[in-house]
Amino acid sequence: MTFIAKPKIVHKGLSRNALGLTIRDYEGGMSTLCAGCGHDSVTSAIVQAFFELDIAPHEVAKLSGIGCSSKTPAYFLDASHGFNAVHGRMPSIATGASAANRKLYLIGVSGDGDSLSIGLGQFSHALRRNLDMLYIIENNGVYGLTKGQFSASADVGTKAKKGEVNEQQPIDPVQMAMAQGGTFVARGFSGDKDQLVPLIKAGIKHKGFGLIDVLSPCVTFNDHEDSTKSYAYTRRFFHPAVHADFVPPAEEIKAAYDDGEVMPVEMHDGSKILLRKVSEQYSVHNRGHALDFIRAHHRRGEIITGLLYIDEAEPDMHGISRTPDEPLSQVPFGELCPGSDAMKGLQERFR
Amino acid sequence: MSAKSRMKASRINDFVIRLANVNGTGSASANGLLMKTIFRMGVPVMGKNFFPSNIQGLPTWYEIRVTKDKHLARSGEIDIMVAMNAETYQQDLKSLSPGGVFLYDSTWPRHSVVNRQDVTILGVPLAKMCNEHFSNARARILMKNMAYVGALASLLELDREVIEDAVNRTFATKQALLQANMDAIELGANYASEHFDCPLPTRVEPMDGTAGKIMIDGNTASALGCLFAGATVGAWYPITPSTSLMDAFKAFCERYRIDRETGTRNYCIVQAEDELAAIGIVLGATWNGARAFTPTSGPGLSLMSEFVGYAYFAELPAVLFDVQRVGPSTGMPTRTQQADILSAAYASHGDTRHVLLFPANPNECFELSVAAFDLADRLQTPVIVMLDLDIGMNDWMCDDLEWDDRYRPDRGKVLSAGELESAESFYRYLDVDGDGIPYRTYPGVGRKGAYFVRGSGHNKYGGYTEDADEYQEVVDRLVRKWETAATLVPEPIVQRRKSAEWGIVSVGSCDYAVAEAVEVLARKGIHLSYMRIKAFPFSEAVTGFLHQHKRIFVVEQNRDAQLKSLLTLETDYPKERMESILHYSGLPIDRRCVVEAIEASVARGEAA
Repeated sequence: MTFIAKPKIVHKGLSRNALGLTIRDYEGGMSTLCAGCGHDSVTSAIVQAFFELDIAPHEVAKLSGIGCSSKTPAYFLDASHGFNAVHGRMPSIATGASAANRKLYLIGVSGDGDSLSIGLGQFSHALRRNLDMLYIIENNGVYGLTKGQFSASADVGTKAKKGEVNEQQPIDPVQMAMAQGGTFVARGFSGDKDQLVPLIKAGIKHKGFGLIDVLSPCVTFNDHEDSTKSYAYTRRFFHPAVHADFVPPAEEIKAAYDDGEVMPVEMHDGSKILLRKVSEQYSVHNRGHALDFIRAHHRRGEIITGLLYIDEAEPDMHGISRTPDEPLSQVPFGELCPGSDAMKGLQERFR
Repeated sequence: MSAKSRMKASRINDFVIRLANVNGTGSASANGLLMKTIFRMGVPVMGKNFFPSNIQGLPTWYEIRVTKDKHLARSGEIDIMVAMNAETYQQDLKSLSPGGVFLYDSTWPRHSVVNRQDVTILGVPLAKMCNEHFSNARARILMKNMAYVGALASLLELDREVIEDAVNRTFATKQALLQANMDAIELGANYASEHFDCPLPTRVEPMDGTAGKIMIDGNTASALGCLFAGATVGAWYPITPSTSLMDAFKAFCERYRIDRETGTRNYCIVQAEDELAAIGIVLGATWNGARAFTPTSGPGLSLMSEFVGYAYFAELPAVLFDVQRVGPSTGMPTRTQQADILSAAYASHGDTRHVLLFPANPNECFELSVAAFDLADRLQTPVIVMLDLDIGMNDWMCDDLEWDDRYRPDRGKVLSAGELESAESFYRYLDVDGDGIPYRTYPGVGRKGAYFVRGSGHNKYGGYTEDADEYQEVVDRLVRKWETAATLVPEPIVQRRKSAEWGIVSVGSCDYAVAEAVEVLARKGIHLSYMRIKAFPFSEAVTGFLHQHKRIFVVEQNRDAQLKSLLTLETDYPKERMESILHYSGLPIDRRCVVEAIEASVARGEAA
């Protein structure tokens, strides 16, 4: 997806994480997206999140489908295995990958075209299986690679670059995930890295399907006036409801928060997310309430962002399938094959 | 005139019974019991179920061939018709061979309909007897089936102890049902012995022809292959006639793959949202080093095509089972055909070719499903096991399934962390060994093994490319890999007849019908060699057989001569020397149609 190798210059002063790696070790090839593309900011947030989490790149598998967003896994974690699937079908690849090797951290990057049209079914069912992965939708309301058609997330009344107005209702992955029983639902904005990095960290650590819908404007086809997915529009109507800070396991909570204002959520590996409410009425554990809140603001044209819902108790696909802790791909053959005695015993059933 | 005098000469252990029923009335278990009884009397038997795509109320037939000579295909004849569906009386009477027996429920006599001079009509008042004996409405319907089994027990001299043992096994835990079933058998048996001259000349005599044999369907045998080959991930979307493959795999896993202490399961079965996802799940799993498979049928294979082409190009193993049914489109979901040969061989857009395996019986379903996993891993490509509804869903008599504990899976060219460490470099698509098969790594192995799997253009180093030469280098290597595949796939089964100038070529479930036809024709002085193809790509042995014969008959179960087309495309044997024998009605092929087609060709002078 890239023709240009990124020069790896490691400055002496560059800080190292617990594994002794610098942030350069988490980067990928040079982006071939348009200058100013929101997706590149998401890429850099992903790089930072994995670096700060001290996850070895080879423990990660990165996946995508087809589209501009789906090119981005080539631009981060070049020491990770990657999988660029067919259009809209990355969730099924991720399902198989997780089934075979549950020890991998799976990160999928998709777009509104890839996830909300051709891939709506697969997206929905990965959510339903509570597949243990981080799933980022880089949402810009438009098909970039085919030059500017509306996507299914385009808002009613938004105008295409050539003047056409969208009259169909948008599909909002956040409301869908919320209504469908999603266990980690977040929305971010590519222009707000401070909010996005902790969301990505929490999503990686969430045991289950972590959805982050990232509004990521398309500078070439959807950043004009009268577009509801432009930088200007998003900055104007973007309302963080909950701010999340990610605290790794065994690290003390250092920042000063007032009592009652901060709510810690314990993740599976002992790390914590500290949720700071920005809006007083918001409840991150109440699905119905959260959905109402998002809808009410949506009607006013406001985009609610942050970690909008989290449930750490629901079992993920492996919990439901009762698979062992060790990856299925590593179970020795001797434990899988019943052997000749069992075969002999079985024959009586067929006589 | 008595039944005896009208019937042909004594036909012990060599005849066909067809049972015409209404589906959803419980006839399937009675018919299965009848077949099992004959099998347990030591008599070789074939059973074919012709059922509708429906749950209740439509016509359904079951055909049992009692065959002392182990001819396990349909003969094309029907000697005894058990007519339990008034809607199809006329059709059933018509399809009975001359000299046959027509047994029907005479509670409602139908003299005008049931009227044919060259057959014997036997009326048994099944409904009347059951209505008098049973009070429960459902039992009155269900027990009619067991009552005709009873009547047949007397007419065919079936071993009552064997029948009762079978009923006992089936209803061991349901005492009330057990008694009702026994009563119904008794009703039918007594009526027949009191009213007819039992046994008929066409009857069953115990013999020793089934030792070391089992009765199993191909889907179950394939599921055992997946289990024994060490498959851990199964993904599927329910579709007739492949569904019972995953049902069986699940049942075997529940028995052999659950840790008794912890309850953990060494398998993960995902019922996907559709076939598009089922194949994706398989590829995600094999990318990560698990053995994974998906069972499907034609419509599912159509949906999977895009990912199948992806797996060909990105070089990922996958095992697919295509249990073929009648097409095109939805077709007839519960009828059999071999009509996906071409679409499977070249599934997906672009230049793609896929390894196909063609089992002809449940033994081969088991063996070839194990082989499919080895070939898929070795060749890093999809392997499609081509069953059909006839093999997949009907119980076939076959040899005991055996397992050799020395078997070790061939996982192909996969570099471990240690091997990567000591290697100078790793590039995903380099032809290091000259056989067209590159090395691969699993995610998680270490940073040196990392690469990007992609369906877009890539060069031999695994990098993205749109460069003309780099692209062509990769697809040309895939041709070399294909040539390697032709040396690894199972060889055809060949029966040469000395000095035979004509050959028959066939595939899969045609086997028994063709083999019997070859015998029948030899008795008539027409000598043919026979080759049954077990795999695509075609090995040198396949091409060699063709060239040893002046003329080739290609027998297959589709309208468009797909196997013949594939032979035309993929071998240099002249197509004008091949003649098709096609059977595509949706019913399993019979011996008679093969014999007649070849005799006709000989009569026209074409084969000579």
